[in-house]
Amino acid sequence: MTPAIKIEQIHKHFGTLHALKGIDLTIEQGEFFALLGPNGAGKSTLINLLAGLLRPSSGKLSVMGFDVVQQYRQARHALGVVPQELVFDPFFNVREMLRFQAGYFGRGTENDPWIDEVIEALGLADKATTNMRRLSGGMKRRALIAQALAHKPPVLVLDEPTAGVDVELRQILWEFIKRLNREGHTIILTTHYLEEAETLCSRVAMMKQGEIVVLDSTANLLNHFPGKNLRLKLGSALPQSLSAMLRNEENGEYMLALSEVTQVEYVLAELRSANVVVEDMQLIEADLEDVFVELVGRK
Amino acid sequence: MNLISNSMRGPWTLFKKELLRFWRVSFQTVAAPVMTALLYLLVFSHVLESRVQVHGVNYTSFLIPGLIMMSVLQNAFANSSSSLIQSKVMGNIIFVLLTPISYLEFFLAFLASSIVRGLVVGLGIYLVAIIFIDLPMVHPWLILAFAVLGSALLGAFGIIAGIWADKFDQMAAFQNFIIMPLSFLSGVFYSIHSLPPFWQAVSQLNPFFYMIDGFRYGFLGVGDISPAISLSVVGASFFGLSLITLRMLKTGYKLRG
Ligand SMILES: Nc1ncnc2c1ncn2[C@@H]1O[C@H](COP(=O)(O)OP(=O)(O)O)[C@@H](O)[C@H]1O
Ligand SMILES: [Mg+2]
Repeated sequence: MTPAIKIEQIHKHFGTLHALKGIDLTIEQGEFFALLGPNGAGKSTLINLLAGLLRPSSGKLSVMGFDVVQQYRQARHALGVVPQELVFDPFFNVREMLRFQAGYFGRGTENDPWIDEVIEALGLADKATTNMRRLSGGMKRRALIAQALAHKPPVLVLDEPTAGVDVELRQILWEFIKRLNREGHTIILTTHYLEEAETLCSRVAMMKQGEIVVLDSTANLLNHFPGKNLRLKLGSALPQSLSAMLRNEENGEYMLALSEVTQVEYVLAELRSANVVVEDMQLIEADLEDVFVELVGRK
Repeated sequence: MNLISNSMRGPWTLFKKELLRFWRVSFQTVAAPVMTALLYLLVFSHVLESRVQVHGVNYTSFLIPGLIMMSVLQNAFANSSSSLIQSKVMGNIIFVLLTPISYLEFFLAFLASSIVRGLVVGLGIYLVAIIFIDLPMVHPWLILAFAVLGSALLGAFGIIAGIWADKFDQMAAFQNFIIMPLSFLSGVFYSIHSLPPFWQAVSQLNPFFYMIDGFRYGFLGVGDISPAISLSVVGASFFGLSLITLRMLKTGYKLRG
C-alpha cells in the first residue's frame, strides 16, 4: 500500500539556521502518529513542508504517493492541515469559511452534508453562523479542525491541536480525532503533551534540534524503558546522598527516578539512616515523558 | 450551479470570497470613495466651472471622467493590496496556500475581484454625477476598455504591493508615496497641455496619465493624446506588471518560504 506520508532526506535551512537535518520518515495509511519534541525542534517546519507552505532546501516529501512539489494539486487534495496558530478570517462566519475551504478544493453544494456533519461532530452547530472573530479560542480551534476536514482529506495533520485548550475540550477533540482514525483517516499530530501521544498514538517520533532521535511504537518505548518513579513526601529535606536520583521537586514532594524497583530498598535505608520521616510514598510506572527525558535529554 | 466545472471551482470560489470581502464592508469600500469623489467634484467644479474650459468643454465635464477613473484605479489597487496584507498579517492567507489553487489561478481571482471593485466604484460615481450634470459618452467601448484594463493594471500592482509589504505602515507608504502622487499628477484636474514643457514630459512617464486621458477620451471624444497610444501604453504596462506579479507568485516570494 502507498504510504500516507513519505519523507526522504529532508533538509531545511532558514538563512544560517539548519532547522531540519536530513529527516527520513514513513507513515502508513491508517496510522495514528505523534511527532514529539521541545519547542524549536522543527515539528512545525516539517508539517509546513508537507503542506507546501515552505519549500525544502533538499529532499523529497510525498502525501499518498504524490510529490508535494511536483504533484502539489493531488498532494494537497490528500492532506488536511490544522495549523498551530489560531488563525481566522474576520470577514466570515464558520459555515461560510467551511464552504469556501471546500470550494477551493473544487467541491460545491454536493459537499454541504459533509460540512454539516463536521460542524455537528465538533459541537459547532450553534456557532455555525457566528462570525469567526466572535468565537472563543476553543471554538476557533474547533473551526480550524473543521476547515482542515472540509474537503474530506484522507490524511489529517494537526499541529499542537490541544495547546491552550481546556481539559473538557481536549477530551472532545481526542474522541473526535480517534473517531476519524477509526473511520480510516491517517492522523499525525504534534504535541508537547506526552500524555496525549501516549493515550492516542500507536507510533511516535521524537525530534530534537532538527533530527528524529527516536522512532518507535508507543508500546515498545514504554516496555523497553524499565524505569519507575518514586514519589515521596518527607518530614524534612531529602538527604544529600539521594540528590543524584532526584528528577524534580514540587510542593515538598520529591520525584526520584529508579532504574529498577529494587532501588526502593536503598532509598528507604538512606532515609532511615538520615532520620527522615516518610509521610507518603508512591511507585509510578514510567511514561513517555520519562522516555523522552531519558532518550532526548541524554543525546 | 454546475455552470462552473470542478477544476474551475477553486479559483472561482476565491474570486467570490474576494468579492464578498469588500461587499460586506461596502460602506467603506464603495460608498466612501464615491462620497470622496463627489466632494472633489463639488469643490473644484464650483470654484473653476465659470472660469475654465478645457479641450473646449466646460470644466465639470472635463473633471468628472478623470475623477471617476482616479477612483477606479485607487480602489482596484486598494482591493488586492489590502486583502493580501490583511490575510498575511492575520495569518489566514494559509487557507488559500494550502489548497490546490495554482499561482496563475490565484492571480486571476485577485485580479478579477480588483476589476469588479474598480468598476463598481466607478459606476457609483458616474450614476450619482449624471443626476446633476449632463455628461456626453462618445465612445462607450473605449470607456469600458480603459476602466477594465486600468483596474487590472492597478489590481496587479496591488498584488505586488500586498505580497511585498510585511506591515500595514509599509502598505500605507506605498499608497501615500506612489499611488497618490501618480494619480494626482496625472491630469485629473488639468490638461497637461497647460503645464510647462518639462512637466508635460514628466507627466508622459506616468502611466496614470494614459489611463485617465484615454478614459476621458471615451466620454468627450477629445484628449491630450490619441487613445490608441494610451491603450497601447496601458496594455503594455499591464502585460509587463502581470509578468512580474506572476513571477513573484510562481517563486512563492514572501508567501512560501
Ligand atoms: N519562517 C522561519 N524563518 C526562520 N526561522 C524559522 C522559521 N520557522 C521556524 N524557524 C526556526 O526553525 C526552528 C524550528 O521551528 P519550528 O519548526 O517552529 O519548531 P517546533 O514546531 O518544533 O516548535 C526554530 O529554531 C525556529 O525559530
Ligand atoms: Mg510548532
